[in-house]
Amino acid sequence: MFWITGLFNSLAFAAVLFLLAAGFSLIFGLMRVANLTHGAFFMLGGYLATSAIGAGFWIAIVAAGAGCALLGGLVQHLLVQRLAGRELAQVLGTLGLSFIVADQCLLIWSGDPISLAPPAFLQGAARLGMFAFPLYRLFLIVVAAFVAIALWLVVERTTLGAKIRAAVDDREMARATGIPVSRLFTVVFCLGSALAGIGGALAAPVLSVYPGLDTEMLPLALLVVILGGIGSLAGALIGSVLIGIIYTFGQILLPDLSYVILFLPMVIVLAVRPEGLLGRQAA
Amino acid sequence: MPNNNALTLNAVNSFYGDSHILQDVSFNVTEGRVLALLGRNGAGKTTCMNTIAGLMKPRSGHVSVFGRSIEGATPEAICHSGIALVPQGRRIFKSLSVTENLVVAKRRPTPSGRVVWDVEDIFKVFPRLEERRSHPAGRLSGGEQQMLAIGRALMTNPLILLMDEPTEGLAPQIVAEVGRIIGQLRELGLSIVLVEQHTNFALRLADDVVIISTGEIVARGTAADLIQDSSLLNNHLGVH
Repeated sequence: MFWITGLFNSLAFAAVLFLLAAGFSLIFGLMRVANLTHGAFFMLGGYLATSAIGAGFWIAIVAAGAGCALLGGLVQHLLVQRLAGRELAQVLGTLGLSFIVADQCLLIWSGDPISLAPPAFLQGAARLGMFAFPLYRLFLIVVAAFVAIALWLVVERTTLGAKIRAAVDDREMARATGIPVSRLFTVVFCLGSALAGIGGALAAPVLSVYPGLDTEMLPLALLVVILGGIGSLAGALIGSVLIGIIYTFGQILLPDLSYVILFLPMVIVLAVRPEGLLGRQAA
Repeated sequence: MPNNNALTLNAVNSFYGDSHILQDVSFNVTEGRVLALLGRNGAGKTTCMNTIAGLMKPRSGHVSVFGRSIEGATPEAICHSGIALVPQGRRIFKSLSVTENLVVAKRRPTPSGRVVWDVEDIFKVFPRLEERRSHPAGRLSGGEQQMLAIGRALMTNPLILLMDEPTEGLAPQIVAEVGRIIGQLRELGLSIVLVEQHTNFALRLADDVVIISTGEIVARGTAADLIQDSSLLNNHLGVH
């Protein structure tokens, strides 16, 4: 009973983590940019949804995704692109920006946690024998599964995806082959930011939105990506599930050590397989 | 001169950090001809190719394609202007399949007057690639990777093909195959710059020859002239 419910909650949390980490991983894999505003986009998506909820739940989710996509595109165009190849500058630039975004959120939405009501038909629980699974969490798992399949199809089965992978393989040669790499970067940055925003919005009914959510989620995204391997969608999926399980059970069983058990697998993976579980060997 | 210049380099200077690699390099590639760029290791041949393709920015000098300057252009724009690079070391996209390597290079629309290549056309020239169309390119043999690198370059419908040591590390049989293909492409009207270590191979294929030594052009002429006057080759390439 305890294990089944715990596992279910782990998967629901993993679903949120995947939405956050998939974009982070794609951006990191393609552009070698650790976009540290990603956690802030997650939080911003949550806040945007709470403000747009008056127009309906679905519109709120779309607004969160669109808002973060737009902001992500601006960040890529105005900041990240100008710092191309300067990793330290990118890390400091995006980290600084995430503080600015967080501060603006505090100004606009105050410091109190804001929760978001799920749509009526997703309230309540599905009963299966002696178990009760909250419908909204089931919905999160389904959405993440759909996003994972859609992303996989785009990356692995379309020409756009092949161009993205070509740019990951050899950026310089991709450009010499006529692939508009910087436009692809912007597309991926917008897409990744949108996913982070949608993740934050979808998580709001469960986690609610509050100051500090960004800095709570960002290390988890880093963990997922380091565990699963940079730039690998399947890696992000497996990493999310692993971290979801460790995080959920760690907090219940060993609350005092929850951070240790979170970061210990990362240390082990880094020591044994530095490219991550499903990462590519560096070329 | 009855013929057009496909590619012109005029006093090009390129640097790697502080080292001055290309020093006032100037030469023309005549439309429809093969120019062999010869020189010892480290003479600046690859730097020259990468500068033309836009992977390196020259510090001064001009490069123009059919009379149009490509100064300051991005590698993407240079590719669209009709230059395709078959790079040293092949540099195919290893995690993509053979077909994907070709498809990502496809450009539409192409300005009129160019030979238009499709994946199926490439497979006609390289039947071996068709057999392996769904294989990850990283698992191909060296010769197959070279054919894929040539195929990928052709997919951009180029007017000028830059081939940087296309026979490096290949078995003699495959080298002959590459030579045959270069001949075919010339027949189709492509202008080709060929960088080679195998001097005899290059002289057989080339119409014109430019010899570069420590970043400077030290000799130029037709291939026929150089075959006649082997002292030039001996002095600058150390051919036995």
